[in-house]
Amino acid sequence: MSKFHTMTAAHVAAGLRKREFSSLEVTRSFLDRIASLDGHLNSFITVTPESALAAAKAADARIAGGEAVTALTGVPYAHKDIFCTKGVRTSCGSRMLENFIAPYDATVTRRFQDAGMVMLGKTNMDEFAMGSSNETSCFGPVRNPWDLQRVPGGSSGGSAAAVAARIAPFATGTDTGGSIRQPAALCGITGIKPTYGAVSRFGMIAFASSLDQGGPMAVTAEDAALVLNVMAGSDPRDSTSVERDKEDYTRVLGDPLRGLRVGMPKEFFGSDGLDPKVGDAVHAAAAELVRLGASLVEVSLPNSELSIPAYYVVAPAECSSNLSRFDGVRFGYRCKDPKDLMDLFCRSRGEGFGAEVKRRIMIGTYALSAGYYDAYYLQALKVRRLIRNDFDAAFTRCDVILGPTSPTTAFRIGEKTDDPVTMYLSDIYTIAVNLAGLPGMSIPCGFADGLPIGLQIIGRHFDEARMLNVAHQYQQATDWHARLPAQFA
Amino acid sequence: MSLSRQDVEKIAHLARLQITEEQIPGFAAQLSNILAFVEQMNSARTAGVEPMAHPFDTPTRMRDDVVTEINEREVMQSIAPAVEAGLYLVPKVIE
Repeated sequence: MSKFHTMTAAHVAAGLRKREFSSLEVTRSFLDRIASLDGHLNSFITVTPESALAAAKAADARIAGGEAVTALTGVPYAHKDIFCTKGVRTSCGSRMLENFIAPYDATVTRRFQDAGMVMLGKTNMDEFAMGSSNETSCFGPVRNPWDLQRVPGGSSGGSAAAVAARIAPFATGTDTGGSIRQPAALCGITGIKPTYGAVSRFGMIAFASSLDQGGPMAVTAEDAALVLNVMAGSDPRDSTSVERDKEDYTRVLGDPLRGLRVGMPKEFFGSDGLDPKVGDAVHAAAAELVRLGASLVEVSLPNSELSIPAYYVVAPAECSSNLSRFDGVRFGYRCKDPKDLMDLFCRSRGEGFGAEVKRRIMIGTYALSAGYYDAYYLQALKVRRLIRNDFDAAFTRCDVILGPTSPTTAFRIGEKTDDPVTMYLSDIYTIAVNLAGLPGMSIPCGFADGLPIGLQIIGRHFDEARMLNVAHQYQQATDWHARLPAQFA
Repeated sequence: MSLSRQDVEKIAHLARLQITEEQIPGFAAQLSNILAFVEQMNSARTAGVEPMAHPFDTPTRMRDDVVTEINEREVMQSIAPAVEAGLYLVPKVIE
């Protein structure tokens, strides 16, 4: 049994429960794949073989004893290096935290441990999750398994590449403006950004607190639902996590799509930046949903083009505030021989942060500074309400909204690094979802010139189960999600 | 909005970020581009629109006023760049 990488997490979990193989065998097999293949990808910042093997043995004992075995006990995963892991370096892709050993676990980390899951290591990412290509990481860019000259997307680029290359059965990501969905699209995997407040942000290093949300990145919608079952849930340590009854995200996966109303926002298909091949694949996916019993409705999101401008005020403003904690005093990078306190602050931050993080801190600082607050921050918050109102209106006419995840397939490494605004435009279809706090996901829906295309599904607040149902039914009828890049087959 | 060299220096100071002389023109151009892009949102009609600071218009959840944390000073200070006798060390503030 060395073909674990061709199995879904659900299949691995079922085999473990039936004792067809052990978690130790599965974990060793993935650690071997990481060792032999990740040199091509750079998708991991830290691999943790010792603790992984120990966790696998513990999971095997738990399964043998029949005690508290959960749906994913013994299944290995890759953890985005933004989630704190006690005793393991948590770098956030930054020189600022290059040697930071987290003193506590994120709630998500703890939940996975409690469920008996096995962490293989921590994945590469854009610095502090700020980027759309994984090129801002201080640990170097991640390469896309479908074409090693291209980016995997970002900021959860390491997680997306690791899952696409099947060197991990699934991974975690975080999404502030598209950072789960866009890399999922560019790498041809399934990723879901849950409703704001569904997953605890405790111990998830903060970028923009009113937008950040963690979620699963997996091969199938079924796997994503199983992982979300573990990740989601209210947490007293995160006052923005929403108190709701525990739900089973797999409960309606098998429901037929008969009667489903699928909204197609006209603004998502008319823009100049949309690659026609991406548009064609999304229309073909919509036609497939119609074959499965759904009906299409045209809807309008008139303010959607204002989402990126509003986001690039809101997110930098929150980032400038959140990242003020990195001061060279209590943890993280400290400059050599500071001559006074101001020098300590300015040089530690100047040397510890990369260029994109500095740009965003400065934009946020400017937008919040005296005299500019109303023109930038307050206006952005008003536009944010307009964007949310657009979705509310659209959802009176449909159950889910469908569109592209990214306007193009994966671009070349270095192609957009000189022009921040061009890079920002690659999140044109994802950002509005964060501003409105809605759940959104990306699933593979085709290829253009050998590169995967992502289909975005947007749902009502806390309607993840229905989105996953749509994705699962689509994946029962298609096999885009099951394809592997040749080099990693 | 086009930012001058002085604007960039002022913002960098407010943000406590050291940037070098050579980096200033690049930041001035990039930040000006970003701000020009952001100003597209001025075209939105927002008169009478309530600002939305949070995805849900619900009050922050309160918890019981009880002690839930334990003192972990040694653990927390074990990752600090410089500590002595339980105190964080910084350069001399008062001459």
